[in-house]
Amino acid sequence: MLGNHGVKPPLFDYLVARSSEEAVSLLSEHPGAMILAGGQSLIPAMNFRLASPPALIDINRIAELKTVDIVDGNVRVGAAVKHRDLEQSDAAFKANPLLRAALHYVAHIPIRNRGTTVGSLCHADAAAEMPMVLLLTGGWVTAAGASGQRDIPADKFFEFHMTTSREPDEMIVSATFPGLPFGAGHAFAEFARRKGDYAIAAVGAILERKDDTISSARIAACGIASRPVRLTGVEAALIGKKLTNEAIQVAGERAKDAVTAPDDANATSAYRQHLLAGLTRRVIGEAAEKARES
Amino acid sequence: MSTRKFGAPIKRNIDPRLLTGKGAFTDDINLPGALHAAFVRSPFARARINGIDTSAAEKAEGVVAVYTCDNIGHLDIELPLLIPHPSMTNARTQRPLARDDVYYVGQTVAMVVAVDRYVAEDACALIDVDYDPLDVELDLERAIEDGAPLVHPTHPNNIAADFTQVSGNPEAAFAEAEHVTRIKVQVDRSTAAAMECRTVAARYDSVRGELTVWDGTQAPLGVRGGLASIFGFDEDKVRVIAPDVGGGFGQKVMFPYPDELLVPHAAIQLGRPVKYIEDRRENFIGSNQERTQIHEIELFAKKNGEVIALRDNFLHDTGAFIPYGIAVAQVASTSIAGPYRIPNIHVRFRAVYTPTVPVTPYRGCGRPQACFAIERAMDQLAEDLGIDRFEIRRRNLIRDEQFPYTREGLLFADGLRVQLDSGQYLKALSMAREAIGWDGFAAEQAAARQQGKAIGLGLAYYVEGTGLGPYEGGHIKIHPITGKVYVNTGLTSQGQGHDTVFAQIVSDQLGVKVEDVIVVEGDTGTFEWGVATFASRAAVVSGNAIHKTAIKVRQQTIKAAANMLEADPADIDLEDGHAVIAGTDRKVSLAAVATATNPLRYAFNSAAQAATQFAPASRHDGPPLIDGQHPGLEATDYFSPECATWAYGVHAAIVEVDRDTCAVEVKKYICIHDCGNMINPVIVDGQVMGGFAQGIGGALYERIEYDREGNPTNANFVDFLIPYATEVPAVEIAHLETPSPLNPLGVKGVGEAGCIAVGATLASGIEDALKPFGGTKFHQTPITPSMIFGAIFNA
Amino acid sequence: MSRHEHLERSIPSTSADPKAEVTVTVNGVTVTREVSTRMLLSDFIRHGLRLTGTHVGCEHGVCGACTVMIDGRSARSCLTFAVQADGADVRTIESEANEDGSLSTLQQAFQECHGLQCGYCTPGMIMNIRSHFESGDDLDLSDAGIRELISGNLCRCTGYANIVKAVRRAAELAGRA
Repeated sequence: MLGNHGVKPPLFDYLVARSSEEAVSLLSEHPGAMILAGGQSLIPAMNFRLASPPALIDINRIAELKTVDIVDGNVRVGAAVKHRDLEQSDAAFKANPLLRAALHYVAHIPIRNRGTTVGSLCHADAAAEMPMVLLLTGGWVTAAGASGQRDIPADKFFEFHMTTSREPDEMIVSATFPGLPFGAGHAFAEFARRKGDYAIAAVGAILERKDDTISSARIAACGIASRPVRLTGVEAALIGKKLTNEAIQVAGERAKDAVTAPDDANATSAYRQHLLAGLTRRVIGEAAEKARES
Repeated sequence: MSTRKFGAPIKRNIDPRLLTGKGAFTDDINLPGALHAAFVRSPFARARINGIDTSAAEKAEGVVAVYTCDNIGHLDIELPLLIPHPSMTNARTQRPLARDDVYYVGQTVAMVVAVDRYVAEDACALIDVDYDPLDVELDLERAIEDGAPLVHPTHPNNIAADFTQVSGNPEAAFAEAEHVTRIKVQVDRSTAAAMECRTVAARYDSVRGELTVWDGTQAPLGVRGGLASIFGFDEDKVRVIAPDVGGGFGQKVMFPYPDELLVPHAAIQLGRPVKYIEDRRENFIGSNQERTQIHEIELFAKKNGEVIALRDNFLHDTGAFIPYGIAVAQVASTSIAGPYRIPNIHVRFRAVYTPTVPVTPYRGCGRPQACFAIERAMDQLAEDLGIDRFEIRRRNLIRDEQFPYTREGLLFADGLRVQLDSGQYLKALSMAREAIGWDGFAAEQAAARQQGKAIGLGLAYYVEGTGLGPYEGGHIKIHPITGKVYVNTGLTSQGQGHDTVFAQIVSDQLGVKVEDVIVVEGDTGTFEWGVATFASRAAVVSGNAIHKTAIKVRQQTIKAAANMLEADPADIDLEDGHAVIAGTDRKVSLAAVATATNPLRYAFNSAAQAATQFAPASRHDGPPLIDGQHPGLEATDYFSPECATWAYGVHAAIVEVDRDTCAVEVKKYICIHDCGNMINPVIVDGQVMGGFAQGIGGALYERIEYDREGNPTNANFVDFLIPYATEVPAVEIAHLETPSPLNPLGVKGVGEAGCIAVGATLASGIEDALKPFGGTKFHQTPITPSMIFGAIFNA
Repeated sequence: MSRHEHLERSIPSTSADPKAEVTVTVNGVTVTREVSTRMLLSDFIRHGLRLTGTHVGCEHGVCGACTVMIDGRSARSCLTFAVQADGADVRTIESEANEDGSLSTLQQAFQECHGLQCGYCTPGMIMNIRSHFESGDDLDLSDAGIRELISGNLCRCTGYANIVKAVRRAAELAGRA
C-alpha cells in the first residue's frame, strides 16, 4: 500500500561529527539517529518518506574515516570511503582484485562517487554486491560503541535483508576485506536486467588449486536469499575434485539449493536457481583458470 | 539560388538554449511568492470514503489552504469526456478530488497548498481519510465475468464500450478459407515516463481578470478551452503557455488532469501564484498510461498463404475512467490488418474498466498492440503453411498499384476513412530481407546451433496512420526591422524539433536562413487556433499549414519588392534575406520590403525612414494603405487533411538468447522506414531511434505491475525498468520516401513509428532462436528472462 | 474555504524549518546562504541559486537528470543535502559553455550529432560526461565503452545512439580521441 509519500525528505536534525568518538556519542544522545555517509540509499528512502530518522549524523568531515589502508595484507576501508575511491585504489586492487571487479557492478559511477562501501554494508540489501564480497572474502566490520570497539565477522553481521547485528548505539567505523590468498584465482559474475541495478543473482568465487585439484573454494552469492550467503554445497562439491566440465556442472547444480528468495517481478524462483547455477559455473571456470595462471 | 532546406540535415535552432541550461521548463519559471501544491492520493484501488479530516493539516505551520471535494465549488464535477463515441454509454470520468468513492491507487483526494513543497508534503501526511476498501478484480478477462467486482456499479461486467467494425464481407470469406490460424496475444501496460513529469503553475491578475497558466502539456489550446469552460471565463482572459516541455509521448495530451484545474483555482482564490510539479512517483500513479490489450486473432487463408479474412476480438484495459473515449482501442482496431490487403475484416473490442490508472494514448496508441497481434499471427500462419516469413508477407502486401487502398467500412480515430494512401510495401520488405541477411541466415543459424547457441531472426511489418485532423494553422510575419521571420502555430513541442523543421519549410519559400526563422508555439496568447501535438501529426498538419502560409507571404513579398525595384514579379527571387531581380545585383532586403509595406508616420530607425510619408516611394495620391491591403508582410492559413496519411516500415532483427541467463542480446537490428518526404532526415532518424528505444522498453523491460489488490508495485524508476544506454542496441535505419498524395509537402508523420514493431520483431526473433531448444510461442510482451526460462524449461 | 479566508490568515513567505548556513562555490562563485537543513542540493541549486539548468527527473537517484559535479566528480544533486555541500566546489551546466558564451566542444558535439531532443536530461548527461573527460581516466570510446559511461543517465527521447555519437565527436573535438 502506498501512503502519502512524496519525494521530499521529512524534517530531521542535522548533526556534524568531527571524530568517530563524537559520532558515537551523538548516536547515543539521539536515539533513532542515523549515520549519514554517502546517503545514496538513505536519502532516496527519506525522499520517499520510507525512512524518517529524527537526526542524521554526518561523518563526512572525519578525516580518519576516509582512508583505505592495507593492514597485514588486508584492505581496511574507512566508513566515509566512497565506492569509487576503493574501486580506483591500486593498493586495494593489488591486495584483492575482487573488490574492483565487484564494485564495477555497484550502481553507476555518479552513485559510486558519493556512496560509501561501509554504508552499503550497513544498508545490507540482500541483493547488494559488497556485503556478499565481505562474506566471500571472510571479512569483518569494526563497530564502535560507547564501550569500545568490536569486530563482527561478515557471517555474523548480515542477518536479514536490510538488517545487521549492529547495535543501535554502534557505528561501523571500517570494514576489512582480507587479501586474496597467494595463488588463488577469483571471479565475480552478476546478472541484472539493467546495467547497474541490484543483482537478480551475483556470485563470487575464490579458488585455490594444487595441480589439477581444487584445494580450497570459497563461493558466495547475493540476490538469492534474505541475505548474502556462502554456497557451501558448491564449495563442498569442488574441494578435492579435479576440475572437469562434469565437476563444474555438478557444482553448479548444488548452487540451486541456496535460492530461497520468492518469486518477484524480475525473477521466478525457478529461473533464479537456473541463473545462479549458470553464474556459478562461470565463476568456477574463470577463477580456476586464474588460479592455474598464478 | 539558396539550396533547398527541405530535406537537409539542418542543426536545430533550439539546441544552444537547451545545451547551456537556459531552457525554460515550467518549474524554471520564476514566479515570486509562489505557493506549492501537493496531493493526498488514494491508497486503495477501490474504496468508499467515510470522511476526511483535514484539521491537523490546516493548522500546520506554513500551510495556506487545504482542498477537498467539499470546498472547490464549481470544480466538484465529473471532468469532461473529451471524445464521445456512440459505443459508450454513460462514460465515466473522474472528479478533480474524489467524492464518496475512489477508483484507483493514486486518485487525488485532497490538495494542500503551502509555502514550499516540503511543508506541503508534511501536511499531506496529517490528513486523515477514513476508507472502507472494496473488492477489486485486476485481471482483464476475469473482470468481464458475471459476478466480478465492479469498478463502477453503473457498468455491468465492467464493460465501458463494446464496438465492432466490419470491412468487406467477412462471414462469406470465413467459409471460403482453406486454413485458419488462431492465436491469442497480450501486450502489457507501460507508461510514457517523460523525463520531465507533468507540471502546472498559475497566476491570476485580479485587476485585469486574467488567468495565466504555465502547463507542461501537449495541448495548451485544449487546456485553455477546458479552463475557460469550467471556470466560466472568457477565452481571451485565459492564457495557457506550454513552455519547454521535457517529453510528452501522449501522456501530456490528456487534459484536464485534476491539478490543471485545481492549481489555477487555488491561484485565483489565494491571490498568489501556485505551482504543482508532479513527482516521479505521482507520475506513475496519477498520470495516464496505456497498452494492456488481449487479442484473439484469426487469419482465414488460402493454402497458398493469401489471407482472405481476419477476425479479431480484443479486450482493452481502459483503467478506472475513460476520459479520452475509445481512441486507443479504435486505432488498434483499424490498424489490425497492417500492410496487408486482407479485404474482409471483422474486429470487435470491449473496453474494460479496471481499478487502475486511467488509460489514454502513450506513443504508439494501440498500434503496437495491433502490430503485435497481426504480425505474430502472420508468423504462425507461415509456420502452419510451411511458407517462410518473408514470403507469407510478400504474398499479402498491398501492391504499389493498389494505392490508395481503402478499407471500406472502417473509421479511423479521426472519424474519417481508413485509406492507406501510398507506399512501396514490397520494396521495403525486400530491403529488409537483404539488410538483415535472410538468404544466408539459415546456414548461419544452423552453424550457431551446432555450437549450442540460440540465435534467431525476427521480423515485423507495421503501418501507422498519422497526421490526423481536424486542422492546424500557421501564422507568419516578417519583422520590419530585423527581417527575421516569426512563425506561430497552435502546437507544442516536447523535443521534436518543430522550431527547426517548420523553419526549413519557411526558409525555402522566403529565402531566409533557417536560424532567422523564429517559431513560437505553445502559447495561446500568440496563436489561438488549432488542436494539439499528438498522433504523429505536427509535420503533416502544421507543416502544411505553415507551408501554405509561407507561399502567401512569399507572394506578398515578391509583389511588394517588384513594386519597389520596379521589376516584373516573375523576375524576383527571394534569397539570402533579400528580394533579388534574377540575374542582377539589384536587390532589397526583406526587412526593407516589410518596412515599406507598413506605411509609417514615425521613423524610429533609419530603415523605417523608407516607409514614412515623405519618403521617395510613398504615395501621395490616395490612402497609403489601399483598400483591402494588410500592412506588412504577414499571413495566416490553415491545413485540414481529408484523412490520415499512412506511414509504414519493416523491422528485422538477429537476436541471441543466452540460455544460462535467459537474456536477449540484439546482435543486429534494422529498420526500413517510409514517412513520405523527409523535411529533416536527422530529426526523422532521431524520432525513429527514440521510438525504437521505447519499443525496446516495451518489448523486454517495462511493465506496470499491480498486485491483486490493485497496488502498483513498481511505481518508481528503480523497479520500472526504463532502458539505459547499455540496454538499447544499435539500430540501422534505411528510408524510402514515397510522397503522400494527401498534402502539398507529401509528408507523413514519424513520431510513433519507431516503437510500433519492436515487440513483434523481438518476439519473432526469440521464438525463432529457441525453436530447437524446447522453446514455445512468445505471444506476450514484455518478454522477461523468467518468461524465456519458462519457455525453454517448461517451468 | 470562504472567498476571503486568505485575508484572515497571513501567508508566510518561507517555511519554519530549521536552517543552517552553507558556503559553497558554484561555477566559480562562492556564495553563502541560509538553507533549510533538509533541502536537497538540487532544490538549492534550482530555487535557492536560480540555476535552473539542473533538472529534476525522479528525486530518487535513478534518472541522472540532476547530475552536477561536486569537487570534480559527478553526483546526483537529488541525493545530497545542500548542507552537505558546505565548503564544496559545485559545477552545473551553467558552467559548461566557453567564457565568451559560445558552446563548448561537448555542447557543439551534442548539437552536431542531434544528441538531444527535449533537452531535459541533457544537462545531467553533459555534466556526467564532462566529469569523465576531466577525470584523467582512460576514455573507452568504443560503442560499449561510451554506453557504459552514460549508463546512469536516462534519456527517453533519443534512444541514446546520437548521444553515443556526440560523446565520440566531443572527444575528437577536445583532442581526446
